Amino acid sequence: MRRIRAAAAIAIVTSLATAATGCGGGEGGTGSDASPKTLTYWATNQGANIEADKKILTPELKKFEKETGIKVKLEVVPWANLLDRILAATTSGQGPDVLNIGNTWSASLQATGALMPWDEAAFEKIGGRDRFAEAAVASAGAEGQDPAAVPLYSMSYALYYNKKMFEEAGVEKPPATWDEMVETGKKLSKDGKWALGAEGSNLSSNIHQVFALSQQHGGNFFDASGKPDFTSDANVAAVKQYVDLMGKNKIIAPGNAEYAQNQSLQDFARGKTAMVLWQSAASTFKAHGMKDEDWGVAPAPVQSGTPGQGRQVNSMVSGINIAVFKNTKNLDGATEFVKFMTSHEEQKILNGTYGSIPSVKSAQQDGAFDTPDGTVLRETLTKSAAPLPQVANESQFETAVGTAVKGLFADAANGRPVTTESVKAALSKAQQQMPK
Amino acid sequence: MTPAATAAHRQAQAPAGRSTERPATGKDRPRRPRLPGRLRRAGLPYLLLLPAVLVELLVHLVPMVMGIMMSFKELTQFTIRDWSVAPWNGLANFSATVDFDAPVGEALLDSFLVTCAFTVLSVGLCWLIGTAAAIFLQDTFRGRGLLRTLFLVPYALPAYAAVITWAFMFQRDNGLVNHVLHDQLGITDGSSFWLIGDNSFIALLVVSVWKGWPFAFLIIMAGLQNIPRELYEAAALDGAGVWQQIRKITLPSLRPVNQVLVLVLFLWTFNDFNTPFVLFGKSAPEAANLISIHIYQSSFVTWNFGTGSAMSALLLLFLLAVTGAYLLVTSRGRKQADV
Repeated sequence: MRRIRAAAAIAIVTSLATAATGCGGGEGGTGSDASPKTLTYWATNQGANIEADKKILTPELKKFEKETGIKVKLEVVPWANLLDRILAATTSGQGPDVLNIGNTWSASLQATGALMPWDEAAFEKIGGRDRFAEAAVASAGAEGQDPAAVPLYSMSYALYYNKKMFEEAGVEKPPATWDEMVETGKKLSKDGKWALGAEGSNLSSNIHQVFALSQQHGGNFFDASGKPDFTSDANVAAVKQYVDLMGKNKIIAPGNAEYAQNQSLQDFARGKTAMVLWQSAASTFKAHGMKDEDWGVAPAPVQSGTPGQGRQVNSMVSGINIAVFKNTKNLDGATEFVKFMTSHEEQKILNGTYGSIPSVKSAQQDGAFDTPDGTVLRETLTKSAAPLPQVANESQFETAVGTAVKGLFADAANGRPVTTESVKAALSKAQQQMPK
Repeated sequence: MTPAATAAHRQAQAPAGRSTERPATGKDRPRRPRLPGRLRRAGLPYLLLLPAVLVELLVHLVPMVMGIMMSFKELTQFTIRDWSVAPWNGLANFSATVDFDAPVGEALLDSFLVTCAFTVLSVGLCWLIGTAAAIFLQDTFRGRGLLRTLFLVPYALPAYAAVITWAFMFQRDNGLVNHVLHDQLGITDGSSFWLIGDNSFIALLVVSVWKGWPFAFLIIMAGLQNIPRELYEAAALDGAGVWQQIRKITLPSLRPVNQVLVLVLFLWTFNDFNTPFVLFGKSAPEAANLISIHIYQSSFVTWNFGTGSAMSALLLLFLLAVTGAYLLVTSRGRKQADV
């Protein structure tokens, strides 16, 4: 009896302790090396999967090692964990030396002070700030502060479509306005096939779409002073318009409401969905076995049909920035590595492989990016893309509003009505979760 | 007795003499073991437990104290890099989390209620299935070993691999669950969503029970080995049926085992983070928003670690209170039964 009791005591203490420490969890970062001959690099998942990324990056890192003698330890961090990992690294001070971040997080991470600011002198070491496209640098930190990172890959949204499915349904050209999208969509959505794909449970993807739509309605999710303003009419209309594509217009398959792992790209490659709004999808299509001539690409729709600035914005300025962790024990090596990754040559190779657009101006002009989708993405990026709000609370906004849209998709998928009121209520709840 | 032995005897008696100052227990046996001997015997289990307790404290106490400290600070993205500069916040985090009229408190209360319902159902089902299976497998028959092994598989599988498999099976369009329920059996009207919306509670419960009952099964099975067979034989001779034997012999004999089992299952289930996180990701649907996920969201996703820690501290207090009350109530009943 006593033994049972003792065992019980231990079990209970353990379980209770887990309760108390549960929140302090998170994975500890990899310890940075004091030696100037090694670097730890956290890369983002850009290719079809983590393994593909490793295969793409490793030869380049070997090249760097050959040039400088610095060995780079690569870890490709999945998107689902990246922000947690960065936060844990920030809290503990134990992190990588160099890391990729989603450019929309720049201002949020800048506020933590975990990343090295890129002032004039720092930029000089990697060839100067003016080597980079200005729009890309603008999404590397809050306005008026030294950028927290350097733009690495640039991307924008475009409309990818399946040529064969268009032909079969008698659709001649990709929709340029949202009305055309709905009209075309109804022609394509039949016999178990659907017009448009969406990642309804992927918070970031939801944000990217409703951001562009909000711009088109003349809205913004933060007011001029940086305070959240989620429930404005424009934002409500934007969110409703996006979710209505599934609920009211029925051109998105209800099953997409639970997609969060790029299943919509799989559906697209298998000919189950005719269109996706995506950023730099070319390499993923290839990985799924699609030939380049099977798909076409067009600018994402806007209300008027001609993308531009203001209400004609049809994409966010999307991209990956490369940052140096302030706690690095190898600052020179880290800077050297950023210089290498943003060199003309590497920009050409990596962006070419990933299907993204170089953030370095000289590399952008390279003929290798004159592919059909490269042209559309570059045009969008330079003419009709707007950066997500660069405010400290941006990443909280992505989670809060992204979750709200996910919930609304769940309603639409389950056949519950999505009304202006229900959208407003969901957005208002999201706003209440934002830090005061 | 030799003089030396007498001296030793006297020495040994001295502390024992002191011990008589304590109030008499009323059940004095004529020859009580003397204190050093008793001390040694009583102390041995504690001595053996000491390394485990020390490691336990090292691994858990430090983070616990940190967590509690954090709950009194205003720890946001602006201060996490250096906690020491985070301003002290007094009880503000706590008052924000228990203000059930405000959004934060309201959400916490919802999540708490969901967790309670989930825990009661999950623990109840785990216990019921575990006990039933253990009793069925008590008699020897061909294939019993195989079945026992098979039943333990969910417990032996790594949680992540098992739950991610469930997540695939619960997918609406390509999942096995809908294929069986809808396409083959025609039980559900259309393909249902299991990972979003209200059904997510059921999905979570199924996975939790699937993962948890083998443990109950294992413990109950071990407990059953201690019940003397003669009891059953005697009862059978007296004409007791199987059901009566279970009610009058098996369950009362399992009482001490059940006391521990239910408590441990309760604590594990209430705190379970892996299952909902792997199943639903960062933002669980409201119907399945367990408190552990909610706290995670409140700290990691909104970057407000002070509030998250305050919620954790409250959770700890709640679990301590429940555990204490549970042990008090069940132990009192048991002592009477033991005497």
